Order: sequence, then C-alpha cells, then structure tokens
Amino acid sequence: MTVTLARRRRALSDYQVKMLFLMPTLLLLVGMNVFPLIWSLHLSFHDYAADMPGRPPRAVGVANYTALLHDPNLWRNFQVTAEFVVLAVAAQFLIGFGVALLLNREFKGKGLITTLILLPMMLSPAVVGLFWKLILDPNWGLLDFLIRPVTHASVPWLTNDRTALPALVMIDTWMWSPFMMLISLAGLNAVPRHLYEAAEVDRASGWFKFRHITLPLIAPLLLLALIFRTMDAFKLFDMVWVATEGGPGDVTKTVSVGLYVQAFREWRTGEACALAYVLLVVIIALSSLYIRWLSRIRGEA
Amino acid sequence: MRHCWMALAGGLVALALMAGCGRKPTQATKAQKITIAWAQWAPADYLSELGKEYTKQTGTEVMVEQIPWPQYQDKIFAAFAAGDSTYDIVVGDSQWLGRCSALAGNHYIELTDWMKKNLDASSIVPQALMNLGEYPKGTGRYWAVPAETDAVGFAYRRDLFENPKERAAFKAKYGRDLAPPKTWQELRDIAAFFTRPPELYGVALYFGKQYDTVTMGFQEVMWSFGGAYDDPKTYRVQGVLNDDAGVKALQFYVGLKPFTPPGSESFGIGKECVDAFNKGLVAMAEDFFAFFPGLADPTKNPHAKVTGFFPSPAAIGPDGKERHYISIGGQGFSVPRYSKNQETALDFIKWFCQEPVQLKWASLGGFTANKKVLASEKFLSATPYNRAFAAAFPYLRDFYAVPQYGELLTVTQTEWNAAVNGQKSAQVAMDEVAKQHTAILKKAGFIK
Repeated sequence: MTVTLARRRRALSDYQVKMLFLMPTLLLLVGMNVFPLIWSLHLSFHDYAADMPGRPPRAVGVANYTALLHDPNLWRNFQVTAEFVVLAVAAQFLIGFGVALLLNREFKGKGLITTLILLPMMLSPAVVGLFWKLILDPNWGLLDFLIRPVTHASVPWLTNDRTALPALVMIDTWMWSPFMMLISLAGLNAVPRHLYEAAEVDRASGWFKFRHITLPLIAPLLLLALIFRTMDAFKLFDMVWVATEGGPGDVTKTVSVGLYVQAFREWRTGEACALAYVLLVVIIALSSLYIRWLSRIRGEA
Repeated sequence: MRHCWMALAGGLVALALMAGCGRKPTQATKAQKITIAWAQWAPADYLSELGKEYTKQTGTEVMVEQIPWPQYQDKIFAAFAAGDSTYDIVVGDSQWLGRCSALAGNHYIELTDWMKKNLDASSIVPQALMNLGEYPKGTGRYWAVPAETDAVGFAYRRDLFENPKERAAFKAKYGRDLAPPKTWQELRDIAAFFTRPPELYGVALYFGKQYDTVTMGFQEVMWSFGGAYDDPKTYRVQGVLNDDAGVKALQFYVGLKPFTPPGSESFGIGKECVDAFNKGLVAMAEDFFAFFPGLADPTKNPHAKVTGFFPSPAAIGPDGKERHYISIGGQGFSVPRYSKNQETALDFIKWFCQEPVQLKWASLGGFTANKKVLASEKFLSATPYNRAFAAAFPYLRDFYAVPQYGELLTVTQTEWNAAVNGQKSAQVAMDEVAKQHTAILKKAGFIK
C-alpha cells in the first residue's frame, strides 16, 4: 500500500503540484471575486430585486444606466463625495506629511509618540463614527463642553447642513492622517543622508534641500498613499452611515451610502449593480490619473 | 486491518440507520423547537419569557433571536433572499407586508384561511389587525397576526406640569390650565412655555433621518391636519400630499423645532428622545410606548416617579376641523414560506392569541391587541403608561405597506428631515415628496 502511494506521489509532475497548491486560492478568487463581479455586471442590465428570488431577472438593456445618468439625486451624491474626497484627502496629506517632517529627527520618546499617533487608524471606522457622534453631541458631548464657554451656544456639528460635511471630513482626517504620516515617514527615512551632506557642503538652503532632494525622492511614495486614500475616501460608507446616515437631508449622502440604500433598503438590485459599476469606473479613472502621474515622476527621477 | 475497516463500516451503517430512524418520528409529529426572529428590545425579552410558559405546556422550545434594530430589516430580508429556513416566525414591521406577501416577494405564507379556522378575529382590535396583518388593505387577506401593537405617545414631567408657580404663569400667559395637551396646537404652547435654554427645552420630537423616524413623527400631524399621502382609490399623490393641509402641517411641525434641544434633527426612535427626557433636558418627549418601560424605571430615569404619559394629540386643521390620528408601531407574527416547522409555528401563534396568554403577555409588559384584555383594569393599571396607550388605539394609522415602501420611505425621510433642518421650505419639501412618490407609484403600476 505504501509503495502504491509513493508511486502515485512520484507520478505528480511539477506542474500538477503547482496547480495543487494554487487551486484553493484560484477557486476562492473565482468564487468570491470573479464570479460576483461578472454576475453583478450581468444583473446591472436587468430589472431585479435580490429579496424576490421567485422573480427572475428581467432584461432591460442599458435602462438602469440611463436612469442613473438622469437621476439628479445621484449627481448630488457624487458632488458630496467629490467634496468629501478633495477636502479629506488634502487635509490628511498636509497634516500627515507635516507631522512626518516633524518626526523625521531623533528625539526622546519618538517611538512612543509615533505609536500613539498611529492609534486612530487601527480603529474600526464604524466605532470611530460612533464615538465621534458622542463627542460632537451638542447637548452632552465633550467638544461642546469644551467650547461652550467660548461659543456660548451649542453647535449641532453633525445635524447642521453647513457643519455636517466638514465634521465628517474632520473625523476622517483624525483617523487617516496617521496613515499619510506613516508612509511619508517611511519615505523620509529612505532618503540617503549623503545627499543632504553634499547639499550642506554646497551651502544649500533648507527649502532647496526639501524641494530638490526630499520631495522628488519621496513623491512616488506620497502618490501611492494618495491613491490609497482617494480610493478609500471615495467608497466611504460605514463611518458616514453610523454618524449621520447621509443626513441632514442628503447633505452627507455619499455615493456609497446611496448605493447601500438602493441595494439593501429599497432592494433595487439591478440599479444598485449599475451604480456599483459606475463607481468602479470612476475609481479606476481616478487611480489611472494618479498612476500616470506616478509614472511621469518616476521617469523624471 | 480488514476487521477494523469492516467494524468501522458497520458502525457507520448502524449510525446512519439510527439517525434515519430517529428523524422519522420528528417529521411525523411536530417540531420540538421553533425560532422566532425579532428586533432587540424589551418586548422580545417578554416574548422569550412567555415562550418558557409555552415550552412548559407543550414541550416545544421557543427560541427568540434578537437582532439589533439597525440591522433587523437587512438581516431578515437577506435571510428571505437566501430562502433561509432558520426562522419559523418573523415578527415583522407592518410596512413589510406588501413586499413579503405572495403578491410580491412571496416570503410569508397567507394566513387568511388559517385565521378563519383558528382565531376569533373579532377578539382583536380592528385597527391592529388591519394595519399589522392585512394586505392589500380592505381585501381581507392576512399575512400576519398582531404580536406587539404599539403607538406613538408622549412622556411628560408631572412635577413641572403640577408646579403651582408654573401653572399660574402658564395660565397668565395662555389663559388656560397647564395640562397634558389635547391638540398639537396646545402642545406647541406648552413646549414654548417650557423652553428655557440651555437647561430645559419644551419637547423632544421625532426629527431624525434614521429608518422611518421623521416619517412616523410627522405623518400623524399631517393626517390630523387633514392631509394624506394619496387618494386611497387612485393612489394619486400630486395635489393630495402637497395640498394646503399637508404643507401647513409640515410648516407647523418644523415650527416646533425652536422648542427642541440642539441637535434634535437627529433624534430617533427608542434612544435620543428618551435620553433627553431621562437627563431632564425636556419637559415632554415623544416615542413609541414600547420604549417607555425605561422611563418608569427610577434606576434609568431620575424623574420616574413624576413622569406622566399621554397619547399623541389631535390637531385642528387649516379648515378648522379637529382630527385625531396616531402613527401605529409594533409588529405582527408571520410565518416564512421557508420554515420547516410551519405547523408548530402556527400552533404557537394560536396559543399566543388566547385571552389568558394575552393577559400574561400584558402582565410581562407586552402591548396586547386583544379587545377584552386591552379594556381590562388589570392591563390598564399594569404600568403608568398603559392607560395612555389604550387611549391611542382608536386613532392608529400606518404608512404605506406596498412592496415599494422602502423607496417611498427614503424620499419622505430625506425631504422631511431636510425641511426640519431648514434646508428646504415646507412647500418645496412636500412638492418634492409628491413628485418622487408619484414616479415610484407610477413605475410600480399603482398610478395608471
């Protein structure tokens, strides 16, 4: 019996062994990623509600896409999302990079401070949304308690149409600036010291060193961080859902929140699939722009 | 070695036979356990407790699976979409009836014939049976049996209302006695009187965007002002929802905002209004009665001993007529088509509807729809708020239960929350709701 098994084992070619190892991952990828992707594309051309399994999908051509493009609410959601992405990613970039520049030197307690700064990004966005909702509560929130002596009135941060989106930008910035800082810090640490030493010999100014040594060398990393954050901010859902549910009115209703409502509150599965594909195309287009920019910078470097 | 394999094979065959033999009697008789899905709140605890009584009497175990409110609808509908047989009974919202009936999603079994044979429908308050069980309304087709019937009501601070100085000041200002309001107009005066920011505000109302909050809060004002969602015969919305009564009702509801605490635009069901009351921030607070047990509990509400309750008031419409409507809450028992224990589930529902069980249900804290129990002194005096709850019953009304309720609800939630927040005028918000509701109902074929 042992001999037969050994013979059978020997009979497996290198290719078969490779496939044997690859197969579980491939099956998982096809089952969990590729198939749903293709199936949802198929559904995006159908009138279908996932909660009505007895009713088969009815082909409607591009009607779902046409309806989306003519839906003023969707454009409003895209506008809200764009405002959020631009404000949040810009703030995170500036704060994260600024803090990284400050931390890019040796001082006592640097490790501890860096770790503490990184803590927010380790939390779940839903939890962050929930506790910021409590902090920003205009009646018994911590922030209100701190600023009331100055403002002499409560500020309904998350329920006022003028402050709700900036408040969400602030929460997201609090959470994700550390990510920008981490990537920037890694880039700054990788800049060879001898370049700065050579510049110092030439009596180059601080700005010159930053503009001509630091920035070009860490730009590719910064762009990667920007791609990640832009993609992530574009599909932001959980934190917004917990903190405002897209309100007041639809002031903070991002495309992802709209997608969730359409898919799981209204069960318009076909239209939701079409919207998901529109979102996918927008994210791919944005990422391509960044990647093209990245390639150009790398080429220049 | 061969002996070992044979023994193992023999053992497996024996086990399979035993399992097969063991299953047969269970299929022939009834299931020994049923699983009920409900939201996570006090009434589900009462049902769990009541289930123990049923187990004692019949031997059938009753498991109540409590799902947090924000995920409740999503989880149940996802289970339906998958044809999941986990739940033998779903205690579903009245708004789900259309979508879950055989006329749309076909998730619930129809109970019409079963009810004729097994229940005395005349023992159930008609408003509860119609709103929580019937679809389409008026057709006599039933998909659910009332489990927990609920209504919107108010809690108020009796210590403030009965304070001689407050009473004198109120009488001097408004020329009438300070008492729980009978109309929304009276409620506005009282709310304005007690608004003394930042320590005290008049009232906490349903203004929030969560699920159906602002809709439940505003629709009863709209109905009481003489407004309506649509023409009940033709489903026509334009010119009905956004008529003078509807717009004036929204103007009135938005006009109550200055008397509510800061951030009230996000006050939702079962949490923020009650929290504001417990913290002594408001003189009156709106919520469904099922969330009031905490207000009667001194460990949660420091003013519990001086807390009174009243049902949502009537209103005097722009035409000068007084009308009274209250948003219905609560849910009904439905049996999913996917349950493998439908017969046992129906037995439990039949048992639950019996008068002695309804009395027990009420004594645990549940809200009954049984006429006799509802009128009994035992029920009325069981809690400080039961009397107000019973008084609300004749005025109960509901939102749409058509399969497109989710889309209709998204519109009202967005537009009315925007109106409360001052982003849109009442007229613009009502016009937008009318426009979008018309489009949804037209697409669904309700408007020809």
